[in-house]
Amino acid sequence: MNNVLHLVWLVPFFPLVGFLINGLLRKQLSKPLISIIGSGMVLASFIVSVLLFTEVKNGNTYVANLFDFISYGTLSIPFAFQIDQLSSLFLLIITGVGFLIHVYSAAYMHEERNEHYGRYFCYLNLFVFSMLLLVLGANYVIMFIGWEGVGLCSYLLIGYWFKNTEYNNAAKKAFIMNRIGDLGFLIAIFWLIAKLGTVTYTTPEGSGVFDLFQKLTRTDIIGITMLLFVGATGKSAQIPLYTWLPDAMAGPTPVSALIHAATMVTAGIYMIARSNILYTMAPETQSVVAAIGLATALFAATIAIKQNDIKKVLAYSTVSQLGYMFLGLGVGAYTGAVFHVMTHAFFKALLFLGAGSVIHAMHHEQDIRKMGGLAKKLPVTHITFLIGCIAIAGIPPFSGFFSKDEILAFAYAKDPMYYYLGVAGAAMTAFYMFRLYATTFRGTFRGTEEQKHHLHESPAAMTIPLIVLAILAALGGLIGIPESIMPNAHKLEHFLEPIFAKSNEIKMAALPEHHTEINLMVISVALALVMIIFAWARYSKKPELNEPAGFGKVLADKWYIDELYNVVIVRPLQWLAKFMNSFFEKKVVDGIVNGVGRLVNYTSRQVRLLQSGLVGNYVLLMVLSMLALFIVKFFIQK
Amino acid sequence: MLIERYIYLAIALFCIGIVGVLARRNAIIIFMCIELMLNAVNLLLVAFSKMHYAAGVAKNATAGIDGQLFVFFIMVVAAAEVSVGLAIIVMMYRNTHSVDVNFLNRLKH
Repeated sequence: MNNVLHLVWLVPFFPLVGFLINGLLRKQLSKPLISIIGSGMVLASFIVSVLLFTEVKNGNTYVANLFDFISYGTLSIPFAFQIDQLSSLFLLIITGVGFLIHVYSAAYMHEERNEHYGRYFCYLNLFVFSMLLLVLGANYVIMFIGWEGVGLCSYLLIGYWFKNTEYNNAAKKAFIMNRIGDLGFLIAIFWLIAKLGTVTYTTPEGSGVFDLFQKLTRTDIIGITMLLFVGATGKSAQIPLYTWLPDAMAGPTPVSALIHAATMVTAGIYMIARSNILYTMAPETQSVVAAIGLATALFAATIAIKQNDIKKVLAYSTVSQLGYMFLGLGVGAYTGAVFHVMTHAFFKALLFLGAGSVIHAMHHEQDIRKMGGLAKKLPVTHITFLIGCIAIAGIPPFSGFFSKDEILAFAYAKDPMYYYLGVAGAAMTAFYMFRLYATTFRGTFRGTEEQKHHLHESPAAMTIPLIVLAILAALGGLIGIPESIMPNAHKLEHFLEPIFAKSNEIKMAALPEHHTEINLMVISVALALVMIIFAWARYSKKPELNEPAGFGKVLADKWYIDELYNVVIVRPLQWLAKFMNSFFEKKVVDGIVNGVGRLVNYTSRQVRLLQSGLVGNYVLLMVLSMLALFIVKFFIQK
Repeated sequence: MLIERYIYLAIALFCIGIVGVLARRNAIIIFMCIELMLNAVNLLLVAFSKMHYAAGVAKNATAGIDGQLFVFFIMVVAAAEVSVGLAIIVMMYRNTHSVDVNFLNRLKH
């Protein structure tokens, strides 16, 4: 039954068809039809993905060579899809969570006009298509196409309400930040081509990048992995390129859920997990990855504590959780990082969609200071949101606990300092999530009378995805129960083993002793529980309504990083641009252009005098030049 | 006879022709001067041909008299050219009632 794997091209094909139909016919189709096409195509992809997954689970993998994409000299880059354990897992996450978000969007966006509704779904489908391309590609170039595609789609979707200049600026910021990272990725690809002459991951004949990595020198491998990591920092919002992600909340809320929680930002994790062998060979880069990941996790967590916009809190928590994933990659816990990608996709999509439901009920009010006491009015949203909060805080047996503690355990084995800092971040996570929860759902309602009157639970199309995601967020972690609790229960690790086999051969990331690991878990869970109780008790009764002051203001203003970038990078660039415009452009460029014109004008005016119209002059000139020729011929050019 | 004399004569004729073309404004005289230059070259051709023939026959019985033949061609072409040139001059006179070449600088504008 290997032929199911030949259907792999159908997975990205369906969203592409949906994109074309909705994009071209957005003015003709009715809204229900648009949403059915948009969601249906992703559902179809999901079904195919499930079929593929069952096949891969039996140990079959497949590389589908569709056609020759670039063939030049000895370099050959096929347009090929690779279906193996890692990509099939990502396919399930992307299409599954993506489908739920599509269904949710159908209700959330119902106020939009027909063609904008169609535009929204066509972007959404294009986004899913690009992400699938990224994950399925069997070489770095195909991955790069998808990589750029998600960058473009994030730009389009963040700037979806294009009449608002601020939203457009956020879209541009996301695009430019991503481009900076993409440059690193691109250079890494060129480097690989220059050194190995191939960008294919692996081939049966052993001529892929992961087969030939031993031919790379130490400098090469560190350079390539660092450049790939630069690409990952852009796409996955790590220091120093993370500032686009919180601003990207300008897009519609389901978009935030799709792009900035479940799929796009995990591209960087996927890329590093895919290239795990290269990273295992470059311990220096791994340390950098771990350090940056940890720094981002802590830094974003501190900012999230003082944000008052419901989506901003979630955005910074995304940045922080991504930091944990990079910490996992950096300490060699590849399975843990992928596991966290999966659980994070569940609970963060759930939280974003829950936030969307709240915003929907509050008539586009996003400030949590004006909410409060929503628990009774929005029962389904409340319960599901609470599950999401518990999951992200890392309380067993919810999913976040298993993935986060796996990463932290590996971090402890690498260096206990990583663990302590990581636990501090996890405690902050529990704190700000429950600050958010308590301020929003507990206490008394603080909005206007009119908002109170209109408060209502969202329609079924929005609550059903919430319920499904809540179940996944609650139980999703059970596929990865650590050895220390139950032997041989880490199904995900067994499933992903072939992907990381080579890395494990070279250097197996160590886990601490079982009893140590359990102690570590107890510490982190206890800390999280204390934080939850503290935040719950404090913010249900007395939410922070005043503008923050002192150090809180520094956190609320995001450590002034945007301002810093503004002063250090944007202003000098603008100054340089102004200088170029007023001096270089006017004087040098215009001077050369006008100078050439003036020179031609002047010389032609002089040469024109030769044409006097007098035959005698012409003859004289002719004789003189003939004489000159004779002189040259006989006297000079002997 | 010395070849130099022919050369001097040809140079003299040619220079007279050039000076005539440069200095005079009458189209007919310019025309005649051009013929003069042409014939200076003809003269040289005949002279050199004769000289080389005398030297060449001693070594090669079939050494040609191509130079002298060539002169006839030039004469024929010159005759044709003269007829065209004179016709132009006649047309010029009909239009401007003059054969002054400087009068014809209207092409400039």
